[in-house]
Amino acid sequence: MSELLVPFAYEYMLKAMFVSALVGAVCAFLSAYLMLKGWSLMGDALGHAVVPGVVAAYLMKVPYAAGAFFAGLLAAIGMAVVKQHTRLREDAIIGLVFTSFFAAGLLMASINPTAVNIQTIALGNILGISDEDVWQVVIIAGVSMIILILKWRDLMVVFFNESHARTVGLNPWALKILFFTLLAACTVAALQTVGACLVIAMVVTPGATAYLLTDRFGRLLVLSVAIGVTTGFVGAYISYFVDGATGGVIVTLQTLLFLAAFFLAPKHGRLAARRRAAAPSEPAL
Amino acid sequence: MSLVAAKGRRTHVASADVAATLSVRDVTVAYSNGVVALRDASFDLGPGTICGLVGVNGSGKSTLFKAIMGFVDPRHGEVRIASLPAAEALKRGYVVYVPQSEEVDWNFPVLVEDVVMMGRYGHMNFLRIPSVEDKRKVDEALERLDMSGYRHCQIGELSGGQKKRVFLARALAQEGRIILLDEPFTGVDVKTEVAIVDLLRQLRENGHLMLVSTHNLGSVPDFCDHVVLLNRVVLAAGPTARTFTQKNLERAFGGVLRHFRLEGGELHADEDRRRVTVLSDDERPVVFYGDERGDEEPLRRKNHEDES
Repeated sequence: MSELLVPFAYEYMLKAMFVSALVGAVCAFLSAYLMLKGWSLMGDALGHAVVPGVVAAYLMKVPYAAGAFFAGLLAAIGMAVVKQHTRLREDAIIGLVFTSFFAAGLLMASINPTAVNIQTIALGNILGISDEDVWQVVIIAGVSMIILILKWRDLMVVFFNESHARTVGLNPWALKILFFTLLAACTVAALQTVGACLVIAMVVTPGATAYLLTDRFGRLLVLSVAIGVTTGFVGAYISYFVDGATGGVIVTLQTLLFLAAFFLAPKHGRLAARRRAAAPSEPAL
Repeated sequence: MSLVAAKGRRTHVASADVAATLSVRDVTVAYSNGVVALRDASFDLGPGTICGLVGVNGSGKSTLFKAIMGFVDPRHGEVRIASLPAAEALKRGYVVYVPQSEEVDWNFPVLVEDVVMMGRYGHMNFLRIPSVEDKRKVDEALERLDMSGYRHCQIGELSGGQKKRVFLARALAQEGRIILLDEPFTGVDVKTEVAIVDLLRQLRENGHLMLVSTHNLGSVPDFCDHVVLLNRVVLAAGPTARTFTQKNLERAFGGVLRHFRLEGGELHADEDRRRVTVLSDDERPVVFYGDERGDEEPLRRKNHEDES
């Protein structure tokens, strides 16, 4: 029994669990919006695009978050510009831009091999996170969370129906810029916990799972955040015992929850669909 | 809580006292590819009006709506709403726009009542927490469009006509004095069409101004008291009886309309010299009796008002 409490005795484990839970929460919040717009890959793109910023920040000895954020913003602007001036489809543009940035990051890191460990960026290293980095992550995630809680309804209207948002006096452009700023910032925060490769799971899976469970956006947000917090916290906790990469454990947990929802969701799950098919007299709604 | 809500409420949205007027002056809209979609359009409308906006596809009907809503910038010209510059009136929530087809994701996880509540956002405070009044207005709007029974349905589960009614309920809850409806009758069932026309008439009674684009020529004389005929330019604008004439329609539609004329010998052998002209844009046709005087008033269908 006491063995199960061992992780709570170590400060680095406590830090890892709470930071993972916080990052999980805010990424899950964003995921609810992203997956509805078909922009899920944006999270992946930004996760990779921030790498050169992180490397440059280490080289210039400025906070990594600043460098990452700058690179993320540059990538987002790059995608917008290419989209506006070509007829390329969104997936091609996202693929093009984020691999260019990631390649630049790899190149920079390999030229200065001692500067930064690329594996840390790619896979994250929450267990070895420094206090300074903890504060960066907590501030980014905390501020983002507060803004999202205040503005979630406005963002919902903009994402659902932009022209209507304008007629009720909202400014869709400003709100979208706010959203992508938060996304870039939170991608940076998530880098520390799960690494660049798995950021996409953090900003897709919780929202996608919640989507199967409810038809109301408010509830979807609550469920999504609950999934993010739980998997973040429990994932970090379990990683102590299995001695595995924290990011891998967190995302595996999220995937398990998604599969559970896929089969068991009361209305949109496979079993419910089969039940309905078996009892055709029941109304489909 | 209610105090906070009352404080944050945008007081100037109380638009009930505002005279619903719309003035379009010399509006020219050109798109970036150089196509001039609308040239020097001018007309004026006052409160308590249902104005039909009639023209062929590509005649600039949707462009006119977008120009009024500020979605496109006119090259020159001005739109004034309730005696204010359009942007100011829009910011105050005087104008409601119901597009032809809502560009929304029907799988979006919102229920019917959530969508209607979105109409209230302009009336809410910073946090957009619905007040008792907001909820009451939503209930009323759903009731009026006969959609109360569907309030907990996800919007994708509805039929085309029901979807239309949800967005009309939202427009109603929004409480704008000026309502723009782009092709509200396209692809809807008869029940919805009747509901829309009834609603428009009620709103007219309350002094609202409605601009309704439609291909449904036959129903224009039924419920529109004003008509604007459009084909890149305003061909004619004014009261229906004067404006919605065979001559003007033929100018507006050129060769596009189906045009049948039935007279004497084709129908009967007697001396009756009267003839019937049927103009149709593939929807409900408009029927004129008589000779090619061109200023004849079109035939009205039996009115819903008469029935009730």
